[in-house]
Amino acid sequence: MIVHALAALLQTQVPGLPEHRVANIFKPLASPAQSEYEIAVFVIAITTVIFVVVGGLIVFTIVRFRRRPSDDTRQEPPQVYGSNQIEVAWTVIPILIVFVLIGVTARITAGVQNASPPASTVKVTVIGHQWWWEVVYPDFGLTTANEIHVPASPDGKTATYLTLRSMDVIHSFWVPQLSGKTDLIPNRDNFLWIDPKEAGIYLGNCAEYCGTQHANMLLRVIAHPPGDFEKWMAEQQKPAEQNPQMTEAKAMFESLSCINCHTVKGTPAVGKFGPDLTHLMSRETIGAGVLTNTAENLRNWINDPQVAKPGCYMPSMKLTDQELGQVVSYLESLK
Amino acid sequence: MASIDYPLEHPKIHPREFSFSETLYAWVATVDHKRLGLMYIVSALIFLVIAGIMASVMRIQLAVPNNHFVDPDTFNRLFTMHGTTMVFLVGMPIVAGLSNYLVPLMIGARDMAFPRLNAFGFWIFLFGGLLLYYSYIGGSGLSGAGSAPDVGWFAYAPLTEKAFSRGASSDFWALGVMVSGFGSIASAINVIATTISLRCPGMTLSRMPVFVWVMLVDAWLILVALPPLSAAQIMLLLDRSLGANFFNTQAGGSAVLWQHFFWIFGHPEVYILIFPAFGTLSEIIPIFSRKPIFGRPAMVGAVVAIGFISLGVWAHHMFAVGMTSWSNTFFAASSMLVGVPTGIKIFNWTATMYGGKLRFATPMLFCCGFLLQFLVAGLTGIMLAVAPFDWQLHDSYFVVAHFHFTLIGGLVFGVFAGLYYWFPKATGRMLSEKLGKWHFWLFCIGFNMTFIPLHFAGMLGMPRRIYTYAAGRGWESWNMIASIGVIFQAAGILFFVWNVIQSLRFGERAGDDPWDAWTLEWATTSPPPEYNFEKLPVVRSSRPLWDLKHPQDPDWKFE
Ligand code: HEC
Ligand SMILES: [Cu+2]
Ligand SMILES: [Cu+2]
Repeated sequence: MIVHALAALLQTQVPGLPEHRVANIFKPLASPAQSEYEIAVFVIAITTVIFVVVGGLIVFTIVRFRRRPSDDTRQEPPQVYGSNQIEVAWTVIPILIVFVLIGVTARITAGVQNASPPASTVKVTVIGHQWWWEVVYPDFGLTTANEIHVPASPDGKTATYLTLRSMDVIHSFWVPQLSGKTDLIPNRDNFLWIDPKEAGIYLGNCAEYCGTQHANMLLRVIAHPPGDFEKWMAEQQKPAEQNPQMTEAKAMFESLSCINCHTVKGTPAVGKFGPDLTHLMSRETIGAGVLTNTAENLRNWINDPQVAKPGCYMPSMKLTDQELGQVVSYLESLK
Repeated sequence: MASIDYPLEHPKIHPREFSFSETLYAWVATVDHKRLGLMYIVSALIFLVIAGIMASVMRIQLAVPNNHFVDPDTFNRLFTMHGTTMVFLVGMPIVAGLSNYLVPLMIGARDMAFPRLNAFGFWIFLFGGLLLYYSYIGGSGLSGAGSAPDVGWFAYAPLTEKAFSRGASSDFWALGVMVSGFGSIASAINVIATTISLRCPGMTLSRMPVFVWVMLVDAWLILVALPPLSAAQIMLLLDRSLGANFFNTQAGGSAVLWQHFFWIFGHPEVYILIFPAFGTLSEIIPIFSRKPIFGRPAMVGAVVAIGFISLGVWAHHMFAVGMTSWSNTFFAASSMLVGVPTGIKIFNWTATMYGGKLRFATPMLFCCGFLLQFLVAGLTGIMLAVAPFDWQLHDSYFVVAHFHFTLIGGLVFGVFAGLYYWFPKATGRMLSEKLGKWHFWLFCIGFNMTFIPLHFAGMLGMPRRIYTYAAGRGWESWNMIASIGVIFQAAGILFFVWNVIQSLRFGERAGDDPWDAWTLEWATTSPPPEYNFEKLPVVRSSRPLWDLKHPQDPDWKFE
């Protein structure tokens, strides 16, 4: 267990950007999560007071009125049937509390849902697939997968608008430190916006049960410091690198059915069923976060994805060692 | 007393020993509400153990990160069958079982209004349950894919559609649950008819025990809430078998439509499930406090209010589907309003105890556990009702912790209270107090140890229904503690089972009225004869046995 924890911590440390692995909803780092945090604290305060008062009363009653050995068992206590005043009191007080809560809820709900966008926004469309995320930047003509790169917004002046869709069943987008969850529903567009206050990597999960590998449909939002997002985008928009040393390996890859499911931009690989691989090596993880993107993991994944992610929709291609080596070295050239 | 027409010295009539097949026939062919009630309760307890074992397997799997104890598909089937079983094959037959056994006795009737319908209800319920479990064998269908359903107990579309759920497992889910639901509807109709038409002379609605009131409202809720579910299940079956496209999103169907159908049933359902506990508490707390229930009309009114309001809150399960801020606020508001009558109930139970002479026999211990735990469940419920907070909490382990606090901390504790309280009536023997206390403390400690930590796991971003998780996300210790708690819960249940087995044979004789109680079921023998009461009782107040025991200050003087 400890070994696992250490390995996980060490492997995924990326120089530069801090990784927020513990997605604590009480450490919000974007506006929607911040509003949700504020109302959460308010509600928890109220309910705690109620718990202490009512729970205290119950415990007091239990202790104070327990039957003692000295009590005469044949003597019944005074028979009290009720009291209208008391009844009214403990109806009206809760109603008042509820009205306060309704007012606050209404304000925050509208505040988060109907907020108007800051001056500059990046538009991203996230499309849920069983069990990975397609990430599209419509304004940049870019499609990538699983890791969502956005600009950080320390001054609150940039935001990322997410359009949420699904190709198959319902999924849910949940990166707790950035925002509460919104579902990705087939035949429907949902929206969500985030403005990460700090550059860093934010973890989340698909939060709506979506079948076998729901557990390994992880989210990774990478918020770049100002300026860096544009650099990242420029890199991504380049076509896949044409490395002359890779001609043979490339031909091997293109001779396999990989290309029916995967796209590598500017090559005959134009499949749409699986994640876009054009800049695979710029990703930190593979398989929607199930493995870190190391040479060994990548090789094992291509050899048999069903080991790391049993049930996922990429089959084991039963490649020979030589084929496997070539395919992996080709993929490793997709910087 | 009816006159005795034979000499008292008459030699004792020894009832002839019945052979096994005769006994079996007597139970299978019975239309007696008590036997049917017991069969409901016993099958519920058996299903409880099965679904409890499933839960334990899941807790083993989740005790440590990256565990390989079960594979993903097995895990997904486990939580689906666990949830479906607990709701439809444990909770629902407990409702039917308790109301069947107790309602006629409490209102001084000789049986339910429709005894045959009653038997039909039980057998069709059991058949539905078996059909669901048969999916383990038959679920793979002709395509050889799948076995038991793995779509979650609320079976969201379009995961249940042919494209995503091959084989027959989802058909078994829809059919099994729908058929067992027919049993619940039959027994609901029966409870309503019985309470309306079979009350003994003098038992006006205002004198009817609170338990009976609660079960009456419960029956109405079943009658209103179950049909939308059955309808949706029929639509799903049409989708799957006949190419209809209600929920088939690939052909323009609506995924959200299923959610509306399901939760219009699903939210009232949680009240349907918890009501029996409200009922048992309202009977047990007064007896062990030696005081009448505080604010009877308010208690009954609160139950009716909860019933009504609960029909208008369903979309609080859907805050994340992207409704407008207006709808979100509406359903947040209505959900919080349920807190008011629920609060009234907790206050009145406490006020009943206040000033009494509390005796902490096992039934009362379970009631006290209920009060504190249900309070927590209610307050986390308020948190979930606050839509913006729910965007974070929804579908996380916080929700899992919340509803287990309502359904174990509330319902199961309330039902155990009831079982300890009425066991002597049903069997003629007391359950052991000593074993009962072991049961209570182990179960109480284990339950809290399992479910308190899960709140925190949820607040650290742990979604529900994941078969495994990576290390380093802050979830390990919470999950470990939760899993250890299961050991205590299981030990508690073992004590209970042992207690029942022991006490059935060697338990202390109960007599008619071991708790010195006030409602009519204690006026007949334990166990009651088939006809319940030799002479139909006549009552003048809501505590007929109090009146009998205290002729100098009977209740009817004050009511
Ligand atoms: C039947 C379609 C299919 C075929 C054929 C296929 N894949 Fe995949 N691949 C997928 C799917 C679907 C995923 C996403 C799996 C998941 O995360 O659940 C995937 C994921 C991947 C990933 C991880 C991408 C990421 O960013 O997470 C890599 C790398 C990959 N495939 C490489 C290959 C290679 C190389 C081949 C050929 C040897 C191949 N795939 C063949 C469907 C396919
Ligand atoms: Cu999912
Ligand atoms: Cu609900």
